[in-house]
Amino acid sequence: MADLVMEKDSSQFKKGLQSGISIGIGYFPIALTFGLLAKTSGLSLTETVLMSMIVFAGASQYISLSLIAYGTGVFEIILTTFIVNIRHFLMSATLNEKSDDDPLINKIIYAFGITDETFSVAATKDGPITTGFMLGLNFVAYSSWVVFSGVGHLIGASLPQTLQESMGVALYAMFIGLLVPSMKVSMKVVFLAVLGAVFNSILTINEIMAQGWAIVTATLLSSIIIEIAEVLKKRYRGVDDEE
Amino acid sequence: MKSEIIWMIIGMGLVTYIPRMLPFLLFKGKELPPFVQGVLKNVPYATLGALIFPAIIFIQKDDLWYGVLGACTAFLASYLGANVIFVVLSSITVLTVYSYFM
Repeated sequence: MADLVMEKDSSQFKKGLQSGISIGIGYFPIALTFGLLAKTSGLSLTETVLMSMIVFAGASQYISLSLIAYGTGVFEIILTTFIVNIRHFLMSATLNEKSDDDPLINKIIYAFGITDETFSVAATKDGPITTGFMLGLNFVAYSSWVVFSGVGHLIGASLPQTLQESMGVALYAMFIGLLVPSMKVSMKVVFLAVLGAVFNSILTINEIMAQGWAIVTATLLSSIIIEIAEVLKKRYRGVDDEE
Repeated sequence: MKSEIIWMIIGMGLVTYIPRMLPFLLFKGKELPPFVQGVLKNVPYATLGALIFPAIIFIQKDDLWYGVLGACTAFLASYLGANVIFVVLSSITVLTVYSYFM
């Protein structure tokens, strides 16, 4: 029995590793640039790697560098980080619904690795989320992020301009690759994604709110509107059926 | 190592980890209302839409066609049934070729 459980865990871990490859590729240019910028902002190699190891959240790490350069205080930098990363709360709440009956401690450990990217992969995968899968997924994403942050600082240069720019598309292409298969089979998914995109575009292009809040707001608006529409549709149909 | 930077990193780490971890602790074994469950099931697709747009259009701020081309390539590859890694690699390739000729 124990063997069976171990076997299941290791195959789930492998599955997680495989699903994480696109994230590993996508983080490569971003982490490399982060390392380079951290160096020019005056962080040491240890500080740079430590930040990637402890924070593990791309957008907020970039923002902290520009705040350091402005000479912003530590408290403000931490507050800004909190605001930028609060969107993960919504993502974890979503994954919690989908997660397997693993011990709480496992979830509290793998929660550390939840980013926009690992969330997207885990949330769109078939079947429940297991500890093995999440650890495999996080391992690839985390290694890529931490190692290439350090490499960026060490070599003090980024990729050739053309490659740097074209690799910038990687994570967006991955999001599209995760979304489209579900769009093909469900009109509801199409509406959800389009509304999320439209709301976020309106909020960010008009600079109504900061990026972190805009994504949360757009996501909630779209998810709630579509859910209300669904409930209303069901109720309407229900009345129809009874007649 | 400056100790101020270390404290800053630890603080950033804490405020990032807490929102990631809290839902697992708060909602453990709790049955959320069906409407909330429904909304949470919608979240992944709405988030993906918001993560992709408008950011993908602005990857190259001087040439918006760059992002549009990347987005179209990914959509097409994915629509034709390519797996995610292939979708990623084909977008990178198309954009590398595009910027080589532009």
